[in-house]
Amino acid sequence: MKFYEYKAHNIFRKYGIPVPRGVLAATPEGLVDPPLPCVVKAQVLVGGRGKAGGIKFAHSVAEAREAARAILGMTIGPYTVKQVYAQEMLEIAQELYLSIAIDRSARSPLLMASALGGMDIEAVPADKLFRMHIPPLVGLQPYVLRALARRLGLPKDAAAQVTDIARRAYDLFKGEDAEIVEINPLAVLKDGRVVAGDAKLVVDDNAEYRHPEYAELEQDRTPLEEEAHDKGITFIQLDGDIGVIANGAGLTMATLDVLNLKGGRGGAFLDLGGTDDPEKVKQAFEILLKAEPSVIFLNIFGGITKADTVAVGAEEALKAFGTKVPVVARIKGVNEKRAKEILSDAGMHSVEDLEEGAELAVKLRGSH
Amino acid sequence: MAVLIDRDTRLMVQGITGHQGQFHTREMLDFGTKVVAGVTPGKGGSDVHGVPVFDSCEEAMSAARPTASVVFVPAPYAKDAAIEAIEAGVKLLVIITERIPVHDCLDLIPYARAKGVTVIGPNCPGIATAGVAKAGILPNHIFARGPWGVISRSGTLTYEIVDAMTRAGLGQTTCVGIGGDPINGTSMVEALALFERDLETRGVVVVGEIGGTAEEEAARFVRTMSKPVFAYIAGRTAPPGKRMGHAGAIIQRGMGTAESKVQAFGEAGVPVARYPREVPDLIRSSQ
Repeated sequence: MKFYEYKAHNIFRKYGIPVPRGVLAATPEGLVDPPLPCVVKAQVLVGGRGKAGGIKFAHSVAEAREAARAILGMTIGPYTVKQVYAQEMLEIAQELYLSIAIDRSARSPLLMASALGGMDIEAVPADKLFRMHIPPLVGLQPYVLRALARRLGLPKDAAAQVTDIARRAYDLFKGEDAEIVEINPLAVLKDGRVVAGDAKLVVDDNAEYRHPEYAELEQDRTPLEEEAHDKGITFIQLDGDIGVIANGAGLTMATLDVLNLKGGRGGAFLDLGGTDDPEKVKQAFEILLKAEPSVIFLNIFGGITKADTVAVGAEEALKAFGTKVPVVARIKGVNEKRAKEILSDAGMHSVEDLEEGAELAVKLRGSH
Repeated sequence: MAVLIDRDTRLMVQGITGHQGQFHTREMLDFGTKVVAGVTPGKGGSDVHGVPVFDSCEEAMSAARPTASVVFVPAPYAKDAAIEAIEAGVKLLVIITERIPVHDCLDLIPYARAKGVTVIGPNCPGIATAGVAKAGILPNHIFARGPWGVISRSGTLTYEIVDAMTRAGLGQTTCVGIGGDPINGTSMVEALALFERDLETRGVVVVGEIGGTAEEEAARFVRTMSKPVFAYIAGRTAPPGKRMGHAGAIIQRGMGTAESKVQAFGEAGVPVARYPREVPDLIRSSQ
């Protein structure tokens, strides 16, 4: 899960990483006593807010409120701006980059840093980027910090502050179950202080149970995705018109791919997982129908899942919600034959394999 | 001959008394697996389908000498269970559990590797050597004995492809589900190396998906192999930034796209199927 900038800043403060002073407001009048001069920033969970006009500078309270008025209610990507964060304007002498992320191939945390901060890290040439793995079993050792200081080539005082921040960032990375901790820019100020100019934090959804305080975080999910999440259903909205219910992430992706290959486009998908509980199947249909697909393709490779109970769930869902949306169903598993009878009796199109089903689904789009 | 699991494997089941543990113990026994012990703390002294249950891995080890363990323990307790099994002395650990925090895996997987223990998973369907033994949840009936190895990051998609192979008369040696998480115990390259050394395996099918660089690394490794490799990549139409169910299946900053993987395999001379059932066709037409 991702964090709003101001929330990430609060977490950074908790670990003793210096961040700029700032105030949060949901209305222009709510900006009481902002640090001046300040930067008024839209709080959204997507990048590109600067380009969208979501970042403005202010030298007085009146200007700050004016900026807030312009930014609040603005649409950036799929989000409407509901809050602004007025943050102390920094007098920056040098912009650095610092991050800790997970290197999958090395199965290890990776510390990255550069004297060229403030830009997209992808744009930094490889020879200007310090990269060193942090051995996960023993954690961050001083030799890594010494190498970091050498490579950045900073004056002694700044170097000491940067390595201290790196150490604290690693504590945060471990303590908060983070996938990414990124400070860009890490600002060396004209007065010599080193401050996290921007704080990006992504934490692991799977560790939510260890951090109950994250449960109330707003997510970058659509309202329907949020509803599904609350019911423990993996549901993702895409931009096509065919609704897909499948089981397992890989098979779901493969189903979307085959639809595309046949000239269709997945509009939403729902991963049923390893269930054959008819009630869960019914819930799945309920969520998917709210996404208003032009056709539904149910593709289950059960193996051990009972095909007939999945079929019963589908049948009950169609009855309960009285939908006219055509349903193509392909269910493999135990009691497959019985499943087919149930599906056909309920007016669904029962098919043998994935390609055949995808073809039919594309054909039936909007036929109701 | 096969990889990872064979006639001599003595399997322990951790979390054996749970719903999943009980059901799959039955299935693994039916498959022909030597399931010698189960572990559930607090349930020692009972049995599941005739398999004795112990309170700890240590007790299971001294009574039944398991060589491998399959873990069905819920995510919050999986790291503990896995390390307990490693300390008890098993040499192969198959972790089925999904949604284990990635920081737990950052502790667990390097620890297992340092101890010389092979880990498959987590978040995987397990491994099956056709007609011989199984540690995991792959459906029994889809397998047939034959010369093809299978490596997959997925679960049900693997069943789809193995089923298609079996129907086409292309049986398997071993199917290895390496799992869909960002950090896994055995990489695609390591699994390919196992099949390259296996005398019975004639060629390998790799089932990949978007996210990470495992397929690109595998494509580089294929160039050093003597055996043919065939691939399928799921997620060609997945939009960037969306986590497609698996924690590992996400395109970040243009990395881990299906195009990159298809291209890498293509350049390594690996035929890539456009849809699952094309895999057996590709194998057939290369023979």
